[in-house]
Amino acid sequence: MSQNIPQRKTDIGPPDYKQFLPPVIKKNYGQWAYHENPKPGVLMHVAKSGDRLYSVRAATPRLVSIETIRLFADIADEFTGGYLRWTSRNNVEFLLTDETKIDPLIERLHKEGYPVGGTGPAITNIVHTQGWIHCHSAASDASGVVKSVMDELYEYFVAMKLPAKLRIAYACCLNMCGAVHCSDIAILGIHRRAPQIDHTQVRSVCEVPSTVAACPTGAVRPTTVNGHESVEVIEEQCMFCANCYTVCPAMKLNDPEQDGLSIWVGGKVSNARSEPKFSKLAIPYIPNNPPRWPEAVNAVKNIVEVYAAGARKYERMGEWIERIGWPKFFELTGIEFTKYHIDDFTHAGESYKRSAHLRQVKE
Amino acid sequence: MTDKKRDTPLLDELETGPWPSFVKELKKSADNPMTGDLLGLLERSYEEKIGHWKHGGLVGVMGYGGGVIGRYNDLPEEFPHCAQFHTLRVNQPAGWFYTSDVLRKLCDIWEKHGSGVTNMHGSTGDLVLLGCPTEALEPVFAELTELGFDLGGSGSDVRTPSCCCGESRCEWACYDTMAATHEITNEFQDELHRPAFPYKFKFKMSGCPNDCVASIARSDMSIIGTWRDDIKIDQEKVRQYVASGEVDMRRDVTSRCPTRCMRWDGTTLSIDNSNCVKCMHCINVLHLALSPGDDRGAMILIGAKAPIIGGALLASVLVPFLKMEPPYDDIKELAEAIWDVWGEHGNNRERVGEFIQRVGLGNFLEQIGLDPVPEMVIQPRTNPYIFFESDEEEE
Repeated sequence: MSQNIPQRKTDIGPPDYKQFLPPVIKKNYGQWAYHENPKPGVLMHVAKSGDRLYSVRAATPRLVSIETIRLFADIADEFTGGYLRWTSRNNVEFLLTDETKIDPLIERLHKEGYPVGGTGPAITNIVHTQGWIHCHSAASDASGVVKSVMDELYEYFVAMKLPAKLRIAYACCLNMCGAVHCSDIAILGIHRRAPQIDHTQVRSVCEVPSTVAACPTGAVRPTTVNGHESVEVIEEQCMFCANCYTVCPAMKLNDPEQDGLSIWVGGKVSNARSEPKFSKLAIPYIPNNPPRWPEAVNAVKNIVEVYAAGARKYERMGEWIERIGWPKFFELTGIEFTKYHIDDFTHAGESYKRSAHLRQVKE
Repeated sequence: MTDKKRDTPLLDELETGPWPSFVKELKKSADNPMTGDLLGLLERSYEEKIGHWKHGGLVGVMGYGGGVIGRYNDLPEEFPHCAQFHTLRVNQPAGWFYTSDVLRKLCDIWEKHGSGVTNMHGSTGDLVLLGCPTEALEPVFAELTELGFDLGGSGSDVRTPSCCCGESRCEWACYDTMAATHEITNEFQDELHRPAFPYKFKFKMSGCPNDCVASIARSDMSIIGTWRDDIKIDQEKVRQYVASGEVDMRRDVTSRCPTRCMRWDGTTLSIDNSNCVKCMHCINVLHLALSPGDDRGAMILIGAKAPIIGGALLASVLVPFLKMEPPYDDIKELAEAIWDVWGEHGNNRERVGEFIQRVGLGNFLEQIGLDPVPEMVIQPRTNPYIFFESDEEEE
């Protein structure tokens, strides 16, 4: 390897995006007049010059083979002169100027198994994490749950028939590599058992002080085991965040029978109408049930359908729930409200109802 | 090199259905023994309901402390070809634009050295190459840099900045997000490649308050486009929306305005712009008729994060308005001032948002040299426990 050192380039930064922009964008950069969404998955941006850019958006599973990237490259060559981009939600977009090529492009993408949609009042692709494919702290798989959920919600991706956009996100543990905490619907992998400590491994791979400091509730304490420095966990204080495990690999929380999924609702990042909000707990625990997680899929579908039937036009999930009230949300969805729904962490009291503003139910 | 054929009955069930299948993707690259073994290992996880990846490991390319995530499986005898399956985070071009030509070249590199599996893209924005053996890291890096690509961030460093497509296509973009992202990423190459912070630090640039890259939820420094002058109105087009029946002005627009600063008298839309909070709703709905004003710039918010460790935070206002002009020195200087304070006083693995909560926003502002303004808070404090400073009393 050392013979390579003289040739090494470092700190060159990302390639300049300008070289990848289609001519219509180079020409009209910063000079766009308006856009329309003529049909699901197709955006038309019109420049002040009158030029038009069409973006055709197709779903990908995020995890893609180089064979698929080459396929997308071939499709881009055929339809767009070789220009394409990805969106922040793992969709691929083909960027073209010839309106007559839109329908053949859509047909081609459908034929290859990459559906076109995800624009406007629709469910777009689920942003998600690695899960069992590549992560040590995953409480569940990611891709499998996403695939199962989107197979069931497919109709909402290829059509624009919801009251507003609906953003679903998936994270396989509380680290939340994704904006799960501010999504209309969030699916979150959770652990439910305190870490199992491998004291021999603690000695070789962990620093006791940083492991103790990692615990937000003070549940991890220093101790001595067989004459060696180690840690212990006060189990009643553990809320299974796995932060100790991030710092100390000897504190594994993964448990095949206890790990599972939780469902959260009503978050958003957009500032439109109401301010951005966090997702709130809807269902505390659903067991892991691979390969298709039917309980989780049905739970998400139920929430989507109840929202679609009840929300007003432009109303996001969280805005709809705030209008009707949380008691009504639980009633309409049939989801049981439990003690786990009531916050008991740092800012717990902020979520208690401290007014007499309640809808009362007539006898 | 053909590995023993592995049956994957559970994963095979995920090849059916209308949504694109990641299992099909893996099988497209399954002739590569690394990916063949990955399928076998994943099937095992589906059988046992548990992951088989060990906690990371210290691997990387020479001279960099970030950009590579070490990954080893815990069944290396059974699945030797993916025993080392490291991740390379490749810094994406701003806005995730590519040409077919450059994508093919990236694929060729990854076919030659790695698993052939990618993420387009990772959550932070990088083009992720998933599954690289240790010995291939330097060759991949050399070929990537030859092609003009560099690694992104990982660990306690500046994470790969990302942005919406901004002025490349969107008429709502209030600044050139792609130019700003490219410039800031290049300015902070050292901070990006060599972790020296208490914890990660993310930049995300959104061109307008619709915030298509979730910067307010996900970035330590969130730069969101906004404007100061009046929303531009094409009254004729507003009337067309109403005439066509597509929009009910009261139901869909004026009653949804968070500050009720709009009035529709049947023929003319008027907006009290001094009370407009730039939420974007009316512009989103009447997108052919309304658009952001011409005096455009951005607001800077600070401190968003997911729950680990002390709970999730949304970013809060730090600079209410800033003109965004290249080379964006204001942003660079502000970031450096923040890093100086947080770098010195932040605890290990304490994000800047948590640090600010611990020391107090007022003290933090003093340290970075910004004056407090009412735009930074929802309301002033309600508790009387004020830490008056003694020298102030004496003056």
